[in-house]
Amino acid sequence: MAERPIRVLIAKPGLDGHDRGAKVLARALRDAGMEVIYTGLRQTPEQIAATATQEDVHVVGLSCLSGAHLELFPRVVQLLKEQQADDIVVLGGGTIPSEDITALKKQGVAEVFTPGTSTQEVVEFVKRSVQL
Amino acid sequence: MEPLSGIKIGGSSVSLAERVLRGDVRATGRLISLIENAPEEAEQELRALHAYTGNAHVVGITGSPGIGKSTLTDRLAKRWRKEGFQVGIIAVDPNSPFSGGALLGDRVRMQDLATDPGVFIRSMGARGRLGGLARATHNAVRVLDAAGKGVIFVETVGVGQSEVDIVRTADTVVVGLVPGMGDDIQTIKAGILEIADVFAINKADRPDANRLVIELQMALGTSGNADTGASARTEGRWIPPIEQTIASTGEGTGALRKAIADHWEHLQRSGELETRRRARYEAELQSVVEDHWRKRFFEYWQQRGHWEQVVEQLLRKEIDPFTAAQQLLSPFLDSEIGG
Amino acid sequence: MFDRDALQKLEQRKTAWEQGPVAKAMERFGERSEEFRTTSELPVERLYTPLEVAETEYERDLGVPGEYPYTRGIQPTMYRGRLWTMRQYAGFGTAEESNRRYKYLLEQGQTGLSVAFDLPTQIGYDSDHSLSRGEVGKVGVAIDSLADMELLFDGIPLDQVSTSMTINAPAAILLAMYAALAQKQGVPLDKLRGTIQNDILKEYVARGTYIFPPQPSMRLVSDTFAFCAEHMSNWNTISISGYHMREAGCNAVQEVAFTLANAVAYVKAALDAGLDVDTFAPRLSFFFDAHNDLLEEVSKFRAARKLWAQIMKERFGAQDPRSMMLRFHTQTAGSALTAQQPDNNVVRVTLQALAAVLGGTQSLHTNSREEALALPTEDSVRIALRTQQILAHESGVVNTVDPLAGSYYVESLTREIEQRVLEYIDKIEELGGSARAIEQGYIQREIQESAYTHQREIENEERVVVGVNKYRISEEPPTNLLRVDPVVERQEREKLEQLRAQRNQAHVDEALEGVRVAAGGQENLFPRILEAVTVYATLGEICDVLRDEFGTHQASVVF
Repeated sequence: MAERPIRVLIAKPGLDGHDRGAKVLARALRDAGMEVIYTGLRQTPEQIAATATQEDVHVVGLSCLSGAHLELFPRVVQLLKEQQADDIVVLGGGTIPSEDITALKKQGVAEVFTPGTSTQEVVEFVKRSVQL
Repeated sequence: MEPLSGIKIGGSSVSLAERVLRGDVRATGRLISLIENAPEEAEQELRALHAYTGNAHVVGITGSPGIGKSTLTDRLAKRWRKEGFQVGIIAVDPNSPFSGGALLGDRVRMQDLATDPGVFIRSMGARGRLGGLARATHNAVRVLDAAGKGVIFVETVGVGQSEVDIVRTADTVVVGLVPGMGDDIQTIKAGILEIADVFAINKADRPDANRLVIELQMALGTSGNADTGASARTEGRWIPPIEQTIASTGEGTGALRKAIADHWEHLQRSGELETRRRARYEAELQSVVEDHWRKRFFEYWQQRGHWEQVVEQLLRKEIDPFTAAQQLLSPFLDSEIGG
Repeated sequence: MFDRDALQKLEQRKTAWEQGPVAKAMERFGERSEEFRTTSELPVERLYTPLEVAETEYERDLGVPGEYPYTRGIQPTMYRGRLWTMRQYAGFGTAEESNRRYKYLLEQGQTGLSVAFDLPTQIGYDSDHSLSRGEVGKVGVAIDSLADMELLFDGIPLDQVSTSMTINAPAAILLAMYAALAQKQGVPLDKLRGTIQNDILKEYVARGTYIFPPQPSMRLVSDTFAFCAEHMSNWNTISISGYHMREAGCNAVQEVAFTLANAVAYVKAALDAGLDVDTFAPRLSFFFDAHNDLLEEVSKFRAARKLWAQIMKERFGAQDPRSMMLRFHTQTAGSALTAQQPDNNVVRVTLQALAAVLGGTQSLHTNSREEALALPTEDSVRIALRTQQILAHESGVVNTVDPLAGSYYVESLTREIEQRVLEYIDKIEELGGSARAIEQGYIQREIQESAYTHQREIENEERVVVGVNKYRISEEPPTNLLRVDPVVERQEREKLEQLRAQRNQAHVDEALEGVRVAAGGQENLFPRILEAVTVYATLGEICDVLRDEFGTHQASVVF
């Protein structure tokens, strides 16, 4: 009875409405046995961080295709830290140039996935990062 | 995966329970995880919380998928917030199709509440457990109750037995229905009608809303009462009022809020609250005892490898099941009680 | 199209061929796969002959170009008369920067403008709103007021260009700004040519830039139809878009089905608002995606044209032939571009653009090679535009109308798509029309199901995507990507501050009150919005009034 599924929050920060990737990934994570909380479009970093702590997720996956990632992703990391929840792994996805990936990783985003990444790759990454 | 209990978050060595009582969101989230993942470890923390529970009005909200439960919950939560109450919401999805995995999307309808420090929302999936889900939900409610939430909504999708078990732990059960969605009375399981304290006919701007109200009144045997709500309040017996709402605009949710509050008042005034809670504690005690007892018993014999032996003996007719049971139980029976 | 005897003979011939040479070849080599399917999962036969198109009647199903049912094209001479409009969607940063890009594109031979707005503009927030943080100028140009519109079209006379604006929820407001600018330039409104997307229904299912609930949104659409029917007779009042639903994952059949179902909803809403079908229907336009499966895409465009003509004539009783013509813009498929080996995308775009041209598009946007990674640079946009120019001037496909007609495969596929679309449209009608189907999550679920299936097929290598799951190389991440300077956000805020200080606030308040009263009542909102933008009320201010009056849409999530 006491299974311990990995809990993941998939969130769309900012105003971007392209949720194909987020939804496909949410389903893939679900099919891999995880509990996936999806919060829909137009989330502020504050909403995402609050949801992550209330839901006590292991991983937060942020998807943004509008180019606002440098502004939004590190803010989520920062807020989690303020809520003593910096053990939550933050991942990013979207149309993100490689220079930005370096910058995001420096600011505490664990990994960034760009278009063409297979969902299995993300599933494996989530499993590995939660086991650490 | 990291251990869930006994961990120190942010250098604090205070127990999770103590931190829950101080209103620590992180600890509250953690303790609910513990309840879900390691119920026995959670018991240690829950012991410390029991004395602080019993203050919250627990409102169950159930109904078929697509009737707007989350939106209703969102609207109701905002109304209680406006009156200064802290609000807890547990959104249970017992219908996850794959074992273990689940997609929990109820929060989408509650986005504005996410950053309200007076609101705590938690989504729970089924994880293949049936009876356990109701108990986990109940214990999660207990945590939010101790954390000072004045009203706690338990929202569950569907109309099956597991949903009934979940909402039974609520003080007030709201059953949501929608006209023209095949929610005619014939298709609604009798069980769900029996547990309803308040009905919410949502999307009441749809053409066949009145028909659904009449059908419902007939099923309840309250037809002829134009205003069932009034009769509910005048007599000692509670007759479930039928409220019409349009959750998307908020219309009718004020009346629904009032009906729910009336029921709470009725429970308190009539003494039914204590009766219900007494019954609930008794049931809980019984199930906790059974669980612990069963667990101890099987562990004891399985460790000794004796269990399979006895089954083998039964097969070869060397012993009968009744004698075997008595023998297996004997190490646990106090000689004075057992005689 | 063929006589019975000939078909009978052919059938015997085909059977013999299958039992003889085909069976022999299969024994020796087999085929690459047990079954072949199009991108939309339609089965593909080994060989198409007159047998597969025996049901097609030339006059009824194809006809001649420029005549009902328009399967072969909406104009009699098609590209022999005039080429399609080459229209690259562009816009980023400030209005001044975008203005420079437009002038560059016009100098390079582009024939129409297409404005991309940033997300705050699309969702009705000014650049200084807290939710705009990080988004200003990112995916398009930031437009807060008429003042920005003046900068955006500085030096571009509005009677000389046709302008397409990708704007939906606040489409009426942006169109009003464009009209106000025309008035300042002294251009009469009926001389304005262009398109607003104005397709709110697909925003709820695919694109996500909704603001208001469906009902008041549909009212804004109908009010715009009515205003344009009277004052802007050359303006396309809506571009009913399958593109974004296709990008969100649906297949070609679903793209046509959901688009036409939405179109039916708009027509009904306008009729309910008391408009005569032939006053507004000629200004309805469409917007489709062009994917890689070349012949399926060509067939899709042909089937869509025929279906729309039938719907308008038979269901809505349109009399004016222009009401029956499906005029459409095409964009190549962004979702088919890969971040890996981005130069390969130039080839993909060429195939997709060819599909659009063979399918008879009226205008075309070709994507640039690095769009899976960032907004395109000028160099990349030029290659994309050159792709269209090469098709137009070097490929020869433009010299005859509907060149693939009569291909047994294309005709069979056209028919197959048409029938499957009709099944979907019937299903949506059963659910109560597209607005209800969206509310119930039916369309979203269909799209997501297809998207998930597609992703799994790629991951299982049932579908090959060159450079992604096959023919991979290790490569350095691309550099020199276009980057929007974050300073844009600050500049926009400062401009807004100045504007608010300089304009006549009393006039603004009065005009906003006019919008509020109109929104609460029955009168056409468009003239009130036009008054408000003229006195420099901002987009965010007008939307705030409407948000107050109409409420906001609460999305549901469907899996």
